[in-house]
Amino acid sequence: MYKKYLILMMLLCSFSMIAQEHFPKNDGVKSENTNYTVFTNAKIYVTPTQIIENGTLLIKDGKVVASGASVTIPANSVIIDISGKSIYPSFIDMYSGFGIKKPKREGGSGFGRAAQYHASREGFYWNDHIMPERNAIDVFKFDKKSASELRKAGFGVVNTHLQDGIVRGTGILVALTDEGGDSERIIDGRSGQYLSLSKSLKSKQSYPTSIMGTLALLRQLYYDADWYAKGSSKAKDRSLEALNDNKKLVQIFAAGSKANDVRVDKVGDQFGIQYIILGGGDEYERISEIKATNASYILPINFPKAYDVENSFLSSVLELDDMREWNQKPANPKTLSDNGISFVLTTHSLKSPKDFKTNLQKAIKYGLDKTVALEALTTIPAQLLGKSNSIGSLKNGTYANFLITSGDIFDKKTTLYENWVKGHKNVIESMTIKDIRGDYTFNIGNTSYDLSISGELNKLKTTVKSGDNKLGSKLSYKEDWIYLTFKSIDSIKQDYFRITSKVNNTDNLSGKVILPNGNETTFFAKKVEKEDSKDKKKDKKDDDEAVKIMPLTYPNGAYGFAELPKQKTILFKNATVWTNEKEGILENTDVLIKNGKIAKIGKNLSDSNAKVIDATGKHLTSGIVDEHSHIAAAAINEAGHNSSAEVTIEDVINPDDINIYRNLAGGVTSIQILHGSANPIGGRSAIIKLKWGESADNLLNKNAPKFIKFALGENVKQSNWQSFSRFPQTRMGVEQLYMDYFTRAAAYDAKKKSGKPYRKDIEMDVLAEIINKERFISCHSYVQSEINMLMKVAERFNFNINTFTHILEGYKVADKMKAHGVGGSTFSDWWAYKFEVNDAIPYNAAIMHNAGVVTAINSDSGEMSRRLNQEAAKSVKYGGISEEDAWKFVTLNPAKLLHIDDKVGSIKVGKDADVVLWSGHPMSVYSKAEKTIIEGVTYFDIERDAQSREAIKKEKSELISMMLKDKNKGMKTQPVKKKDKPELNCDSL
Amino acid sequence: MKKFIYISAILVLCFTITFAQQTPAPVQTEAFTIVGATAHIGDGTVIEHSIIIVKNGKITACVNGLTSKITYKGTIIEAKGKHVYPGFIAPNSTLGLHEIGAVRATNDTREIGTMNPHIRSLIAYNAESKVVESMRPNGVLIGQITPRGGIISGTSSIVQFDAWNWEDAVLKVDDGIHLNWPNSFTRGRWWLGEPRGLKPNKNYAKQVESLVVFVTESRAYLKGSRTTKNLPYEAMQGIFNGTQKLFVHVNDEKGITDAIDFAKAHGIANVVIVGGYQANKVAALLKSNNIPVLVRRVHTTPNSDDDDYDFPYKLAKLLTDQGVLVGLENSGQMERANARNLPFQAGQVVGQGMHKEEALKLITSNTAKILGIDADYGTLEAGKSATLFISEGDALDMRTNILTHAFIDGREISLETHQTKLWKRYSNKYKGE
Repeated sequence: MYKKYLILMMLLCSFSMIAQEHFPKNDGVKSENTNYTVFTNAKIYVTPTQIIENGTLLIKDGKVVASGASVTIPANSVIIDISGKSIYPSFIDMYSGFGIKKPKREGGSGFGRAAQYHASREGFYWNDHIMPERNAIDVFKFDKKSASELRKAGFGVVNTHLQDGIVRGTGILVALTDEGGDSERIIDGRSGQYLSLSKSLKSKQSYPTSIMGTLALLRQLYYDADWYAKGSSKAKDRSLEALNDNKKLVQIFAAGSKANDVRVDKVGDQFGIQYIILGGGDEYERISEIKATNASYILPINFPKAYDVENSFLSSVLELDDMREWNQKPANPKTLSDNGISFVLTTHSLKSPKDFKTNLQKAIKYGLDKTVALEALTTIPAQLLGKSNSIGSLKNGTYANFLITSGDIFDKKTTLYENWVKGHKNVIESMTIKDIRGDYTFNIGNTSYDLSISGELNKLKTTVKSGDNKLGSKLSYKEDWIYLTFKSIDSIKQDYFRITSKVNNTDNLSGKVILPNGNETTFFAKKVEKEDSKDKKKDKKDDDEAVKIMPLTYPNGAYGFAELPKQKTILFKNATVWTNEKEGILENTDVLIKNGKIAKIGKNLSDSNAKVIDATGKHLTSGIVDEHSHIAAAAINEAGHNSSAEVTIEDVINPDDINIYRNLAGGVTSIQILHGSANPIGGRSAIIKLKWGESADNLLNKNAPKFIKFALGENVKQSNWQSFSRFPQTRMGVEQLYMDYFTRAAAYDAKKKSGKPYRKDIEMDVLAEIINKERFISCHSYVQSEINMLMKVAERFNFNINTFTHILEGYKVADKMKAHGVGGSTFSDWWAYKFEVNDAIPYNAAIMHNAGVVTAINSDSGEMSRRLNQEAAKSVKYGGISEEDAWKFVTLNPAKLLHIDDKVGSIKVGKDADVVLWSGHPMSVYSKAEKTIIEGVTYFDIERDAQSREAIKKEKSELISMMLKDKNKGMKTQPVKKKDKPELNCDSL
Repeated sequence: MKKFIYISAILVLCFTITFAQQTPAPVQTEAFTIVGATAHIGDGTVIEHSIIIVKNGKITACVNGLTSKITYKGTIIEAKGKHVYPGFIAPNSTLGLHEIGAVRATNDTREIGTMNPHIRSLIAYNAESKVVESMRPNGVLIGQITPRGGIISGTSSIVQFDAWNWEDAVLKVDDGIHLNWPNSFTRGRWWLGEPRGLKPNKNYAKQVESLVVFVTESRAYLKGSRTTKNLPYEAMQGIFNGTQKLFVHVNDEKGITDAIDFAKAHGIANVVIVGGYQANKVAALLKSNNIPVLVRRVHTTPNSDDDDYDFPYKLAKLLTDQGVLVGLENSGQMERANARNLPFQAGQVVGQGMHKEEALKLITSNTAKILGIDADYGTLEAGKSATLFISEGDALDMRTNILTHAFIDGREISLETHQTKLWKRYSNKYKGE
């Protein structure tokens, strides 16, 4: 046996020499080893689906020469018989930071300091976070310790890169061999380009501050690269040059969540790039959208540990979605596989590669097919990297990267013996080591003892018992020698028995024992076969126990739908109907909704297919429209520039926000999600309907026109915090900012229309849309001077402001607003929160309305939007508005301001069936929304709500029991926590 | 338009009659009688066709005019079809301590330091605040002005909302001490890269211990000669001898339980829970210890995605149904300007099934009891202060909460504000067009 080792060692040395054949040699003769190494009688997985039961693997010079059932073995072969063992191609990790140090954040936390708006580099792209020119190979330093850990987890090759910045430059494909140097290790020095949604830690450049800014930045970057490629740039930009050079490479995008997977894929689609996406492990929650991306995924398998729920006070903050995540996430790989989505697995986001095996076994237990798992670690990553001919299989000509195991590689009990990388052998567990695990009995003097050895071969556990007494014991097993110590039965004396034994050909152990008194005697332990030892039983029980996976809902948390609700024909009988039309309020009236539209309004209506709802004593209204909302969005402000017209809230809709449901419970059906007020020119809006359960895309009201948020006053001047570096700092500056942008946009548009070549600029395109009356402005505004100013600016460019939102001093310039033709969307009674709202009065809506301005009342708050009906009612108190007109402040008027009043905002035949059934008068503080219906689909129903509450309680209780069971089994837990889901408003960053 | 002109006319009329504007009303010299209104007593009962006689700042009679024969006194205020309510009370408020949210110079709500029982809100109370005067047209006439911050924030006082200065305003000096009970959870320090969400507070026991030490030291000090004065310890006297209440601001079930045990262990007799988001889980404990709750702002969103969407709307009812004495408080975002919506928050609880007159108690008699001013305020009863108002309709519903008269200690106060003046000014501006 040792001889074989020696030969092998020589073999190994010779490999490195061959690899550097063009190098001069001064320390001996230049010799070449042309021997072969052959593994025989192995079960060989040439690929996950091509398995040879009694196969031979022939390797030479770090490559597979042949693999198969009948391989001709050359005479100069070193033959290793590994009968009973298996050979697998070693694993590939496509997403790694191996050997590349992550930069540290520069200059401390930056908390409380003025933001940096400019780039810190010259000759590169204008944004520091775009670094396609960076190459991982320049900073790579092979890390032996990590390599060893990865090899132990079964990996032979990793694709690594510098995990910093939005565009991160190229990565490298590295073989994890300690020997041979980088010349052998680096398989590809430009193996792909990496991107992410996170900014570089090395730069403090503020832009982008949000995901939507990042997405917009990427789009502009691709346009700029195209423009640069045409030779249109006067200056040299090394970033754009590099980006164009990297175009041909595989593009790997760290998205990190189901929502971001879809977001980045959209950007890719726009520019003909199909990213390979690093997911978040939560893809199962929206699998059809994930499938629709057509992307391949890199999946992390950092499945959450159970929460430590013993303390019921602490566990009371746990939310159903987080609890389900623990329960459902391990089934993510299976779900992707079931849906035919191609994916690979990564160690990324695991604390240590050591956790890889157990998590992978968990995924398999949760239904992931073993062949698919193996493919996800071998052939698929090889194929995605365009390296199928060299890695990921044991076909002839591939690198000799393989694993030798005792059996099925995904089985808990299987031992990984060796991990060969490019023909270099790495021993994980000695193949010659004898498995001594089992149960034994032995006698010392007249006392008999039971010894049980279990655990993994490199980490054995022992128990020594005498009768029912468990004795403290410790065992080490090195190079065929067993060293066992255990305590004597007498627990008062700290006496030990010390045993040494060398393994032999029998199953029994023999050697000597040193007694506590120093005397030595012989030791003999007889192996006994215990039928189903306790350990085995436990294992078996664990294995057999079917995992219970809680059903998904849409969204996958509290109050989600098990199945998306369907459009129905509904007949409301005998309601008080607030039409918002010239018919006014109709008593004892029937309303039929059909095919998502309002079909009939009248008396004694009937429809044989309709679900009839007795609405006697109840009121039916059109759904509430909130002109100014910030719910259901993953980001609100892109604060990195004073104009961010290039960003759009449509990129960041969050359909899982519980506020959608809560707003439905307040009778809201349509909202405009506005960008915040961080800058004079904000981002584009998303106008959505609150179709709870639907995907982000399906929430969008596709008939709505285009909008953008502008803002004036203290927020855009950055008055209320320590920031003095961004223009503008005064209202005077705000005007000039608009003049500047619109002047440039007009010039840009003229050039664009002239047909001459121009540099596409998303921001300018959007501003040109405003000038061309294709996009409306909703402007955050407070004091009369600035309101007046913006109307004048617009008039100079021959367009109108559509809406002033907040508009708290609108009452001071209502006549001018009327003349300009702008609407006002205001708060009912907010004031005193900033200096600029000192003159805000609750009579504002009434005065504007009376002056002929189209007036709405909005929320800017996920709390207030739940009771906009009451906010409208305040106009009756403050200013004596009629109830009918006041109701329009939150329905028809905001619909007019959003130009969606052709479809929503009133109960009129032909309009969308977006209606609310109220328990009483819709503006009474005592009334509740009982049903909220959008396009004929009931998204909120007070009876279903009551059932959901019970179901949530029951499911949480069941999950708690499951977690307790996990803990009792000895599995690790994590402390209770609650994710941050802040309520957003205009100021949210 | 016609209607608008009509309303404007009424307005002009109103303004010419009540010329007092922001000037505090003089002491009542002449008796008056409110005749024919529905009187909402504030204790759960209603008197229809009421006759309310007010003399020298006190209610001398409040009876049903159909069943009781009583002689009217002084000026007659005809109020048939209208509604009379006791003035609403806003506890745990920072009104008058902070004028403009974003302007630091106007902020006097929180002192530095952790144990500040000696810090007194009263002397910083701005009786001439524009925000305070905006309370009156909605019927909110009394407030408990409360400091914020630290573990022991300081001492509150109770004021009425029509005064020249704080001495003039005060109804009860230094009524209680406010304690922010340590949180069971802390937020991740996101600026250091920790997740922003909640995690168990590792320092909870340590923080509670610091309280125990402070209270124990205070007691020891108060038993001694006190020749060398210690202002914070000195300020604790009232809660030990029962003349002051301890308002414990706490929301979670465990915190509430720990706080009650803490108070008992240190001989603190008068305890009020403020916030009490999970108080319904320990309602029996609260009831058996006679501990009332000032329930967290009704108009908030639930703490958890899983909670009932209307949980904050109904918490006051859940507690009341279990026999706990409950008032409503309004602390939180924009709490000062929003305090005028207190009546509508009580109205919101009615939407959850509470009887209207029961809901009224949440902002009148219950609060008066909780604050210890119920001998004079909180109900329309003979012998009590004539702090009340007349509304065109139901004062808990925003459409009908329209005040025609309001009185504090019998003084007829102005219902005009900075805001009504602007309304009038700009309504007039467009009237001619």
